[in-house]
Amino acid sequence: MASPAPGSRLVGEGASRRTGPAQWGFRAAMLVSLLIAMATLVALLVQVVTEGWPRLNLDLLTSFPSSRPRRAGAQSAIFGTLWVMGVVVVTCIPVGIGAAIYLEEYADRTRWYNRLIEINIQNLAAVPSIVYGILGLAFLARGWGDLGPTVLTAGLTLSLLVLPIVIIASREAIRAVPRSIREASLALGATQWQTIRRQTLPAAIPGIATGSILALSRAIGEAAPLLLLGALTFVTFNPSGLDSAFSVLPVQIFNWISRPQEEFHVLAAAAIVVLLVILLAMNGAAIWLRRRYQRRW
Amino acid sequence: MDGFPAETAPPVGTTSASPDDRSAPVDLGAAVRAGGDDARDAEGDEVVFELRDLGVSYSGVPAVKGVTLDAYRNQITAVIGPSGCGKSTLVRCFNRMNDLIPGATVHGEVRYEGQDLYGAEVDPVEVRKRIGMVFQKPNPFPKSIYDNVAFGPRTLGLKKGLDDCVEQSLRRAALWDEVKDRLKSDAYSLSGGQQQRLCIARALANNPDVLLMDEPCSALDPISTIHIEDLMHDLRRQLSIIIVTHNMQQAARVSQWTAFLTVEVADDDRRTGHLVEYNHTEKVFTAPSDARTEAYVTGRFG
Repeated sequence: MASPAPGSRLVGEGASRRTGPAQWGFRAAMLVSLLIAMATLVALLVQVVTEGWPRLNLDLLTSFPSSRPRRAGAQSAIFGTLWVMGVVVVTCIPVGIGAAIYLEEYADRTRWYNRLIEINIQNLAAVPSIVYGILGLAFLARGWGDLGPTVLTAGLTLSLLVLPIVIIASREAIRAVPRSIREASLALGATQWQTIRRQTLPAAIPGIATGSILALSRAIGEAAPLLLLGALTFVTFNPSGLDSAFSVLPVQIFNWISRPQEEFHVLAAAAIVVLLVILLAMNGAAIWLRRRYQRRW
Repeated sequence: MDGFPAETAPPVGTTSASPDDRSAPVDLGAAVRAGGDDARDAEGDEVVFELRDLGVSYSGVPAVKGVTLDAYRNQITAVIGPSGCGKSTLVRCFNRMNDLIPGATVHGEVRYEGQDLYGAEVDPVEVRKRIGMVFQKPNPFPKSIYDNVAFGPRTLGLKKGLDDCVEQSLRRAALWDEVKDRLKSDAYSLSGGQQQRLCIARALANNPDVLLMDEPCSALDPISTIHIEDLMHDLRRQLSIIIVTHNMQQAARVSQWTAFLTVEVADDDRRTGHLVEYNHTEKVFTAPSDARTEAYVTGRFG
């Protein structure tokens, strides 16, 4: 027993450090943080569901707003949301993907204007949504665009609002496609555009779709910029076109909550549940897409 | 397109420059060349590439300079040397892949079939259609096996005979028997060695005159490496191959010509690769004319 056995060299103080009191304390602190976050969310959900429960039925979806809470529903707001989101999808996603392709595949980063664009996009993502509302009001609803408080104005404003998110997510997805794929394509005699269209973009689509859905779910919950634009809070008809007046779910909820009658608050809670279900479904779809199609290179 | 019959009629969709390596060669040149190894070696004095004082710099810093050599038709030319000597940089001059690296400039001259590859009127896209490339790490597209091979021909605008072209290319890459029943499956379901042969098949589908291989076996196991080396021997009948390798045994096994590059470290710590020796592989390995080559091939450095 003169010299220690070779295995004894593996014994170290780290072993006790990993199970010591500091370790436990830290774990406990993190667990508490997690519990606080989850508990808040659950409490909110439970509260809103129990409050809105009496009005959570098809009438909510099929009735139009009314001054009598018992007959009121959110149909026009739901259709308004669909119309506005349609405009966002059609305008924001193509422009966002196009901008991302330019920045990732064509832009020469040594040029000052490309760096300026990049920095600006990062900054725009952090601008408060109300500022976009002011922009939309000044340049789209009135002034230069003169479109009035219509579906188109709202769609374009929200489109601007989430454009940075789509661009950033798309850039990340495009950047995640390995350089070796581009090289393989170019080495086969494909042009740069053929490479982007047939290899890079298809490989990046899952990431782009995920980012776009998350951007849309941001847009769908916005009330502030639309209130500023002149979204109506009492609309008894569905939008008939792009130039139609409109309401959307968050605006409708805002309206109901600000009424004095208790019954309208129940209605608002029910509408919040509808909005939450839509949001969770969209985020769920994004997660599913990412897990289903994400590729490890 | 759901799997081809194992035996098909002679291919129709491709030109005569791409005989199935098992069938008789079709063009006259190939017939002469196919007279056996010796005949081919004796015939291999037809120059495909002429490099004259070729150099590449990245943002003004030279990475390789002063490379002068001739690569011959139906020969395998190996480029060997220690890490950082610019082997890959050099081989990327042959199909103008260096154009894609911002800041890279090529000076000197590269002539392919007598034509200046870097001439003002030369379209790099056309160059890359004629000169195929296989990379260090297998890089199949995230698509089916079929779509991987068909990508090149589709890019060239081929619509008819695509199935034949795919089959023929996979046969030439000695992969057909392993994948013929699952052409629709994802290319990433293949093993590493199979993926690399798929990449070779993909390059062959364009019927290139030259195949550039940048350390094609460095990510593969020994068995897969042997597969690829055998394949190179077969392919040599139809095209010229330039292979970069860090494996000297591989260079000795497969190549007829060997270029040895080394790296020079200047006072300011800049590393520049240059050509030390270019000769028949046998000469380079058994009777090198430069002491540095001898030191390298005998394993004393690098």
